[in-house]
Amino acid sequence: MSPERIKVLVVIAVLVAIALVVPHTTAFVILLATRALAFSILVMSLDILLGFTGLASLGQAAYLGVGAYLTAILATRYHIGTGYDFWLVVALGMLGGAMLAAFFGLLAVRASGVYFLMITLALGQCVWGLAYRWNSLTGGDNGINLEHRPKFGIDLADPVTFFYLVFGFFALSLAIMYTIVHSPFGRSLVGIREREPRMKILGYNTWLHKYIAFVIAGAFGGLSGVLWAHTAGIVSPENVVLTTSVDALLMAVLGGAGTLIGGAIGASVVLFIREYLSTLMHGWQYVLGGVYVLVILYLPGGLMSIPERIRQWRAQPGKSGTAQNLAAAPH
Amino acid sequence: MAGAAGEIGDRAELGGCAPLNVSNEIEGVTVMTSKMVRLTGPALAGACLMLAAGLAPATAADELRIGVIAPMTGPFAQVGTDMTNGFKMYLDQVKSNFGGAPVKLIIEDSQGKPDTAVTKAKKLILEDHVQLLVGGVLAPEGYALAPVSTAEKTVYIASVPAADDLTQRQLGNYPYFIRTGWTSSQPHHPLGQWACEQGYKKIVAIGADYAFGYEVVGGFQKAFEDCGGKIVQKIWPPIGTKDFGPYIPTIKSDADAVFSLMVGPMALQFPKQLRDSGYTKPIVGGGTSYDEAALPFMGDEAIGDVSALQYSAGLQTPQNEAFVKEFRTKYGKVPSYFSETNYTTALMIDDVMKETKGAFPGPDQFVAKMAALKIVAPRGPVSFDDMRNPVQNIYIKKVEKTKMFGYDKDELWNVVIKTYPNVGQFWTYGKDAFLKQPVYSRDFPPCKYCQ
Repeated sequence: MSPERIKVLVVIAVLVAIALVVPHTTAFVILLATRALAFSILVMSLDILLGFTGLASLGQAAYLGVGAYLTAILATRYHIGTGYDFWLVVALGMLGGAMLAAFFGLLAVRASGVYFLMITLALGQCVWGLAYRWNSLTGGDNGINLEHRPKFGIDLADPVTFFYLVFGFFALSLAIMYTIVHSPFGRSLVGIREREPRMKILGYNTWLHKYIAFVIAGAFGGLSGVLWAHTAGIVSPENVVLTTSVDALLMAVLGGAGTLIGGAIGASVVLFIREYLSTLMHGWQYVLGGVYVLVILYLPGGLMSIPERIRQWRAQPGKSGTAQNLAAAPH
Repeated sequence: MAGAAGEIGDRAELGGCAPLNVSNEIEGVTVMTSKMVRLTGPALAGACLMLAAGLAPATAADELRIGVIAPMTGPFAQVGTDMTNGFKMYLDQVKSNFGGAPVKLIIEDSQGKPDTAVTKAKKLILEDHVQLLVGGVLAPEGYALAPVSTAEKTVYIASVPAADDLTQRQLGNYPYFIRTGWTSSQPHHPLGQWACEQGYKKIVAIGADYAFGYEVVGGFQKAFEDCGGKIVQKIWPPIGTKDFGPYIPTIKSDADAVFSLMVGPMALQFPKQLRDSGYTKPIVGGGTSYDEAALPFMGDEAIGDVSALQYSAGLQTPQNEAFVKEFRTKYGKVPSYFSETNYTTALMIDDVMKETKGAFPGPDQFVAKMAALKIVAPRGPVSFDDMRNPVQNIYIKKVEKTKMFGYDKDELWNVVIKTYPNVGQFWTYGKDAFLKQPVYSRDFPPCKYCQ
């Protein structure tokens, strides 16, 4: 079996294990797992840009915000999304995220590197400004409360049912994003990441490729927002603020950029430390800081590179010999 | 094997490793769950035990469990410390015994974020099975926690969050909600009246740009203008502003005074920068502009500034003197209203528990009994109106450098210069008339005299 296939099988096995084990843990762990899964979708969407296209965005929380505010406003003002029309809201959330990304992409995708970072940061802050100041629509700083989770045949107010729903969305998103990044389109994104001029010379419309990736990431950001709104039960400017975008970026890097599932691992680790460990000990911030520092120092490829590292470390004595042999072998 | 699974099932009921919350057990889902536990076998038992090891053990039935949510990290960490110290001091005084019930206090860090506050509240309710939820700081936290209390049928006592509507237009949604602190506009109605009586005709309002700021400025403006004054300008610097350079020159020079509403670090910067710019007219401030979370860190430029709140550490009553002295000895700092309100909350809970002889009477009864209390706290006499908001004295206080309570150093104190007794959240307007108007906002009351 190819290593890639083994990886996929391991991920599937772990996901199945999570789906089986989590519902039997405590209510708090179920809640945290739900939060981690919902946020992971955002981090993975960012990874399409960061890890596969080489575009570090500092405004990804904007799409989460669009999805979340759309959900909250539709539910509280128009009572849309409380029954079967929840699926409509999911579609609208993704569409909203995609449309915002389509608009922002026109402004941002022309740039790259630090300039892309700064433009996305500025655009993200525009959305935050709207959320914070458009009091009549967003409730300003107080945010919007969602009184009830949707009910359609199944009652999502039940934490386990809701966990499975979010889990389903997570698994589906992962599968779709995985398919995208391994399609010829995804390959050309990696090509752009590695060397954009060469891709241009080869005849690729690199702007369009990047723009489409940007829009796809926005759509999944919107989906994550819809789920996040129902997970937390409250939508506030805190969800759209710069630190949420930074969180997403750090989580992607922590887990391992360019691996998709690494984003989910990063999100789980950070949320676990911040929300679970903080209930057990006082110095949790030092633990979080320590994890970041250690990963950046020793695992530049993120937590996902640990198996690779172990393999290297174990194979070292023998492998150095093989490497020499290979180098010595005639070409 | 079956025996082991049975044990796990029992543990689940006790909360050691509860798979579902109480409402689910009623619906009979536990039955299904324990079957699944049996199916998945010992691997699960291991995982479950590992998780259980880190969690609080199941608790005795007669224990009173109180969860306090406060920001212990982030920009509001000082406030969080003040809050929990107030609560802990009362527990120490009564040796953690409320009317015969041993009290278990669990403090969770909200990190100042509404999202996290909700997550931690759910942890406290579902995992630690607290009967009472206390705390939160910012208005958004109050708005986020109140629905949790409704959904989980758990009492939520807002000792600090001051969002007006929680005990006004939205109270109907929150049957297990009661407030022991204040509404944002409550102290500022009397302050508006007072400012008008001082002969100020025109005032410029400058306030932090968020809901709390609008409600404070709104309350002040309403009372001030009803009495004949005029707010001639409103300036809204964003929350967290530290450089007021762009705002100070725009303050209209023909006004008689400035009304400022600052929170956190803003409170330290604004008076300093305003005085440095050569402004010599009086400054009147909202409660959080000069409260004792900020005052000990301020300089002499604050002397003479006037503000209003339901508590002042400089309140000259024997009860408050004893409170300040004990708090200061214990925690090395003068108590702020954040400390007092949590101390008083603990005292009120104790009073209810004494009445019930240490048995928790259930959330409905608890809220009803608490709302019927009439007590004398360090802040003075406190009772509740029919919308579960305190009726209490409002103190107009002036910052002075003086010796207080026998301390030998000259320090800044909020010296009470006037007391408005038994002020409710509707001031003199009456409940019905007040509730007919919209909640105070950026646009209400409208700025009629602004050009």
